[in-house]
Amino acid sequence: MIFANVLSQLPIALPAISYKAVAPELVLFGGALLILLVSATVGKRELPGLYRAIALVAALAEGGFSGYQLYLAQGAKASLAVAGAIAYDGFSAFAGIVVAAILLLAILIGPGFIKRIAGDGPEFLVLMLISAMGATVMAQGEDLIVIFIGLEILSIALYVMVGYRIGDGLAREAAFKYFILGGFSSAIFLYGIALVYGATGTTNLAKIGAFLALNVLTHDGVLLFGLALLLLGFGFKVSAVPFHLWSPDVYQGAPTSVTGYMAAMAKVGAFAALIRVFDIAFAGQIVQWRPIVVGLAILSMVFGALFALRQRELKKILAYSSINHAGFILLGVYAGTAAAISNTLFYLIAYAVIVVGTFGLVSIVQDSIGVSEGSCSLDQLRGLARSRPALATVTAIMVLAQAGAPFTTGFLAKFSIIVSVVEIREYWVAVVAMLSAAIAVAFYLRIVLAMFRGEPEEVEGERVLAIQGAATEAPARRQALAWIGVSLSLVFTVGFGIFPQPLLDLAARAHIVG
Amino acid sequence: MGYLDWLIAVPAVGALVVPFIPVSEERRSLIRGFGLAISLVELVLAAVVGVQFNSHASGYQFVTDVHWIQSFGVSWFLGADGITLVLILLTALLFVIAMFAMKGVKDFRAYVGWMLLLEAACMGSFTSLDLFAFFVFFELTLIPSYFLIADFGMGASGKAAVKFFVYTFAGSALLLVGIVSLVFIHDSETHRLTFSLPALMDTHLSGTTQLLLFLAFTAAFAVKTPIFPFHTWSPDAYRAAPIPAVVMLAGVMAKLGSYGIIRFDLELFPSTARSLAWLMLTLAVIGILYGAVVAAGERDLGRLVAYSSLSHMGFIVLGIFAFSTEGMSGSILQMVNHGIYTAALFLLLGMIYERRGTLDMAKLGGLQKRAPIFAAVFMLVVMASVGLPGLNGFIGEFLILVGTFITHRWWAVVAVAGVVASAVYMLWAYQRVFHRSQADASPFGEIKLKEALLVAPLLALIVLLGLYPAPLLARIDPTASAVVQHVLAAKGPVSDGASLPAVVKGVK
Repeated sequence: MIFANVLSQLPIALPAISYKAVAPELVLFGGALLILLVSATVGKRELPGLYRAIALVAALAEGGFSGYQLYLAQGAKASLAVAGAIAYDGFSAFAGIVVAAILLLAILIGPGFIKRIAGDGPEFLVLMLISAMGATVMAQGEDLIVIFIGLEILSIALYVMVGYRIGDGLAREAAFKYFILGGFSSAIFLYGIALVYGATGTTNLAKIGAFLALNVLTHDGVLLFGLALLLLGFGFKVSAVPFHLWSPDVYQGAPTSVTGYMAAMAKVGAFAALIRVFDIAFAGQIVQWRPIVVGLAILSMVFGALFALRQRELKKILAYSSINHAGFILLGVYAGTAAAISNTLFYLIAYAVIVVGTFGLVSIVQDSIGVSEGSCSLDQLRGLARSRPALATVTAIMVLAQAGAPFTTGFLAKFSIIVSVVEIREYWVAVVAMLSAAIAVAFYLRIVLAMFRGEPEEVEGERVLAIQGAATEAPARRQALAWIGVSLSLVFTVGFGIFPQPLLDLAARAHIVG
Repeated sequence: MGYLDWLIAVPAVGALVVPFIPVSEERRSLIRGFGLAISLVELVLAAVVGVQFNSHASGYQFVTDVHWIQSFGVSWFLGADGITLVLILLTALLFVIAMFAMKGVKDFRAYVGWMLLLEAACMGSFTSLDLFAFFVFFELTLIPSYFLIADFGMGASGKAAVKFFVYTFAGSALLLVGIVSLVFIHDSETHRLTFSLPALMDTHLSGTTQLLLFLAFTAAFAVKTPIFPFHTWSPDAYRAAPIPAVVMLAGVMAKLGSYGIIRFDLELFPSTARSLAWLMLTLAVIGILYGAVVAAGERDLGRLVAYSSLSHMGFIVLGIFAFSTEGMSGSILQMVNHGIYTAALFLLLGMIYERRGTLDMAKLGGLQKRAPIFAAVFMLVVMASVGLPGLNGFIGEFLILVGTFITHRWWAVVAVAGVVASAVYMLWAYQRVFHRSQADASPFGEIKLKEALLVAPLLALIVLLGLYPAPLLARIDPTASAVVQHVLAAKGPVSDGASLPAVVKGVK
């Protein structure tokens, strides 16, 4: 406070900061700092239990704050804070809950496996909390600059996490690729912000919206080009076709726990910001951006499904599957109605939980067959149903949930997006989306079939031995927490798949301020 | 919970329990016992529903209607009328048989689990009156049937399973878009978001919209039935899949298609159904003849039965789109009959395959001398399938042809050729397999007691329903005539009602 007082004496005017509004970020950042502090002062670097406890508390507190915000931020209570740069509304609160859910699952699943490749140091959890903070900043950002800062916080932490298996050539390549291309896309995004500022004279979303509502630009080329660049930046983050080229390699090269976390967290942050920027601030320009967004969505859905058919590497298949999902979520952005936005949020939380759970299961599988966190071909899954029936069954359910199997949130998510698209009477888009889902089913089934197929006779004995050998290395403790995380995501996916009403009600409260 | 809820819940819970039964590999027959027990409970439940069913009413009985997902206006809305009832009975019966017919299955746990899930999904599809719930169950049938086809196949089953899945899923993709579009059109008219079938029947649709929706719905059902030209997945799947899976596929799942046509196409889009009747009738007749011709040329018994099934499903579609009570009742009855004799036929094929390792007719022959009782049983089933009076296939086919003749004379006349042709190819097949000099000198075991017990209930029903179909017909008739009345009474589409089709003139 003294520091703030001193600063306020200076000629720079500091805005009033509503700490209530930024509580989620503060909690996450505080948690990260606390872990670092503990690791620096206690004298013993590896305190996995304590770090994990702190991270879990931070995640739960963040979820709690967001839940409270969602409860408060109804109608009149929604507001802008910190000189209008931070939105404090139901939408950001719901995004905060999604972030908390991802964190919770990822903290339970990840560290045990990361330990095997990088020890029990504090860095992993710290990076996780910081990147989650970036995602919440993006979800709350009401100013393009703030969104950009959030994007960078999220991305830089993720670059480091992707490079965790630095000894492995594939992983090194992936981290490098992700970093270079991510840097490019950030730069392009920033250029887009500059152009929008040039056209409208402000970077604040509310002011941009107001400006565009009052003024008609005689030459809107600068604005539209700026919009296109913003879309490109977001497209990279969510890996929409044709900006998807990095994602299969990165998904494969990154440690499995990181892949799942990244797939979920990056999408939540980027889509939350994308919705706020396009569906709210540039709602007036919908005629211009809609064709581009629907084009990206269709390309992502169709090519995501088609390319995956030819892959034999599990994590690459899941990468293309996430591209297909990104296409579906983009359709929600494309529809843009209030109902479509809450349906998109529903898709995001459903997808985030499923994807973290799925990759958690892949981690457990890899741990069992002794390829920790690396790449994993479909052949390596063979015979899993015989050696680990429970593991195979749960994995099958999660993979089928991604495919949109009935009685899972995966189906309801796809269904709600189709509802949104039909609501704006774009029937052919809905048909294309469903047909892409039909193609996608083929590769999801291949994963499941690989597990349930028996393995070739000649290597059978050897492989079973290998699995048992790995099993006797006491993975039970390592896997116990991961199993809790995976079970939570399974319960969530099937439970809300059968009784989705509470979740839908929550999503329906997620109004955007302004 | 009503009976219908239990019908869905019992196998669903069973399927969830199966993977976690702590039984070692050696005592895996316990799992089989579990599956049998569940499917028998299910049969008893279905029988209770059958007994308590009021056969004089045409409306829905045993109705459950509770909110499920308010945001989308979805409710858990179940009900049974005459059509539903007979299909429930058929499903419950065939699943018991399929549970017994587990010979050659390696992984009992997976088999029983998927079978029970499939049963729950089939029961759910037949009883749901909420379009969302129906779609969900309709989709759910795909997953277990995919695994049943792919996992225990006789060869190229993986490919056939994928073909099956992609075809049917693409069909239901259109169905989903159709359902959601219909619901939103209804919502914009009445400001009531609902997926309930009776409510949606009141939607006012323009001619083009109704046509498009009808086509979207029919796409899904035509693939499942299968109706020519959407049948190409079926011979591969029927041939490649293991016998118990085919029994379910041809016996029960094919009925999902024809059931969907009656329940949804006719109820929701009656006037389009009437104006497109010529198309559906023509496709049905082409299917009947095409199936018969190809079956006559087939050398493989499995594919032959698959094509004959296409031909017979054509009859069912013919009866539906004839829009006369006789035709409709005949079609519904024939769904049951076809399920029974096709199941029996595939079970017998499975026994031949087990003994000889082939279904190629060129390599079989002279089996009658070695196994006369087996041959007699086979003959009986073949005769039922051909439609010999006194056996169950006859009644349905006869009613369908009479019903079609009343309203659409020429289609019926052409379709009769299919009856004749079916006698030709079936008897040829019988002759090749059972008479002739034997191509293979190895012994062919007589039908065993276990096998006999497996087909005995089906044989009994073949004879019983052939001689005395009244109990079923009494339950079917009120519903059938209500559906026909609904279609015939429907006014033309909202905007272009002037173009009353020639079909209706034919009725008068």
